[in-house]
Amino acid sequence: MSTAASWLRRNLFSSWASALATLTILYLAWALLPPFLEWALVKAIWWAQDSKACRDLQGAGACWAFITEKHRFIIFGTYPYEQHWRPGVASALLIALWCVSVLRTFWRWWLSLVWVAGLALIAMLMWGGVLGLTYVENERWGGLILTLLLATFGSAFAFPLAVLLALGRRSRLPAVRAVCVGYIELVRGVPLISLLFMASVMLPLFLPEGLTIDKLLRAQIALILFAAAYLAEVVRGGLQAVSHHQYEAAEALGLGYWKRTLFVILPQALRYAIAPLVNTFIGLFKDTSLVVIIGLFDLLTSLKVSLQEPAWTGFGVEAYLFAAAVYFLFCWAMSVYSQGLERDLARDGAPRLLRGA
Amino acid sequence: MRRGLVLQVALVAALAAIVGFLAWNTAHNLESRRIASGFAFLWREAGFEIGERTLFAYSAADSYFRALAVGLANTFRVAAIGILLATVLGTLLGLARLAPNWLLAKLASAYVEVMRNVPLLVQLFFWYAIISEVLPGPREALNPLPGVFLSNRGIAFPLPGSSPELSGFNFTGGASLSPEFAALLVGLVTYTAAFIAEIVRAGILSVPRGQFEAAESLGLGRRDAMRQVILPQALRMIVPPLTSQYLNLTKNSSLAVAIGYPDLVSIANTTINQTGQAIEGIAIIMAVYLTISLSISAFMNWYNRGVALKGLRR
Repeated sequence: MSTAASWLRRNLFSSWASALATLTILYLAWALLPPFLEWALVKAIWWAQDSKACRDLQGAGACWAFITEKHRFIIFGTYPYEQHWRPGVASALLIALWCVSVLRTFWRWWLSLVWVAGLALIAMLMWGGVLGLTYVENERWGGLILTLLLATFGSAFAFPLAVLLALGRRSRLPAVRAVCVGYIELVRGVPLISLLFMASVMLPLFLPEGLTIDKLLRAQIALILFAAAYLAEVVRGGLQAVSHHQYEAAEALGLGYWKRTLFVILPQALRYAIAPLVNTFIGLFKDTSLVVIIGLFDLLTSLKVSLQEPAWTGFGVEAYLFAAAVYFLFCWAMSVYSQGLERDLARDGAPRLLRGA
Repeated sequence: MRRGLVLQVALVAALAAIVGFLAWNTAHNLESRRIASGFAFLWREAGFEIGERTLFAYSAADSYFRALAVGLANTFRVAAIGILLATVLGTLLGLARLAPNWLLAKLASAYVEVMRNVPLLVQLFFWYAIISEVLPGPREALNPLPGVFLSNRGIAFPLPGSSPELSGFNFTGGASLSPEFAALLVGLVTYTAAFIAEIVRAGILSVPRGQFEAAESLGLGRRDAMRQVILPQALRMIVPPLTSQYLNLTKNSSLAVAIGYPDLVSIANTTINQTGQAIEGIAIIMAVYLTISLSISAFMNWYNRGVALKGLRR
């Protein structure tokens, strides 16, 4: 009992200012929480065939029925309705691949084979055309799986490009350095939306006549080019954290530039950079939402399209709270993971790092 | 060394070849699609109205150039106000995360977690939905402070000498923020403040513990110690990442196009749609943002040289 009292005293009422803050927060919670909970839970409508019941409430309760009624369209977009199990399984598979990959026990060379097999399976499920699955062109892909695919392929292709850019930025060759610095600063200096516009309206002009790249791939290229510049700066930070003794030792062993970089410097640099790398991946995941502006059918677009249906206009608050919850779940999981990993790697210290996880 | 030279020549030649190939394709495509090129379109009549104007008078009869200038002024307006408010809110949140009060610290860190893990675009749509769907019409406008009215037409607030009054379907007098501007501003400020809070917190934590203890043993109170001993040292850590957050806020203001606030990007987008001159339009957007970015980083380098510890200067 006395420990609780002393905890309260120390943490909530240590001074007049602190006591005032505590009381203000408690008052605000008392004033704001009950009406919010009443709106979000008590008076909310969870199931309804149409929006009439929701409209009768006149905003007194949340209309979650919008989400439950339209959930198939929100999650799967314009994918053929009776085939929804395919993007469903593909999404689950992709998430499972990510979950496996974050565990350090599985950081082995064969993990890349697992990814290749997994992605091939996902491609087969999504496109179909084999094993009796009907063919679905990628203009009809949409919803959550599109967000996940854009983020996955975005990071998978941006990362090697970023490593090359970071190495180039620290190169002794002036032309290589100038090209890399120019690229990184150019891309980091402009908003992502301008690159997406470029991909959607300008890229077709760049290509020889007769050759077209579909919209999804163009947006994916823009995301990769954008993410690579940011990742490159993170990798550069890791490269700078590697002690110059390591460079000298590798050189003294007579290793050439690529051997030195691949076997001595990069393995250490990437470990240093792992936590900020995950943060940049979180940024990329959030940034995929921008494709709504150029009309690709991701999770956010399918919500917006659902809201344009006359029956369901005016439930934007519920729709965007739902979108926020979905994005939060993914990003928060990644950020918790990165914090844990950072702690792990810091505790392990150098000798363990060299032995390999 | 010779290998290095060969590599560099090969890189430059490859880049030149790629750029040349793309340029040739582009010229060919523009010709076959009969799209004009060059910046002459800037002086033609724009023919569209802009809902918000700052600094410049503008009408549909004015040129594209003037329309883009209005857009740029709108970008600067939302960025300047946004930076100011985000700094204040972010600093308060950063201090709150370090406050001895458990409830306050937990509340501030929950705020930071939520804001950082939800895409800004979703937040902008959310605020826009709040303003346009939840707030009442001007006749039943909320009136939280005397003279301040919140309605689905935006926010009206008094200026010295004139206060907003309801006339017909909207408010006249005083000053007002359109729903688009208000949503964009609230979204940018609340989002960026979460990142600034983390920077402020990390900056303060970077000051060695001994400095706190020394200040305490000099008899300084918590507030004085903060203001005179800790913050001046923390600022050295805070300013570089803070400027990059300012830059982010300015770049993120381009999401205005998604909720219909006429910033530079959204006007350039309209221009591209009307004239078909995508390359010029995107070049203008990129040139403007690059100019802003490069001048801010030049300023930051100059500032860093000023505040860097003398002994550590290289």
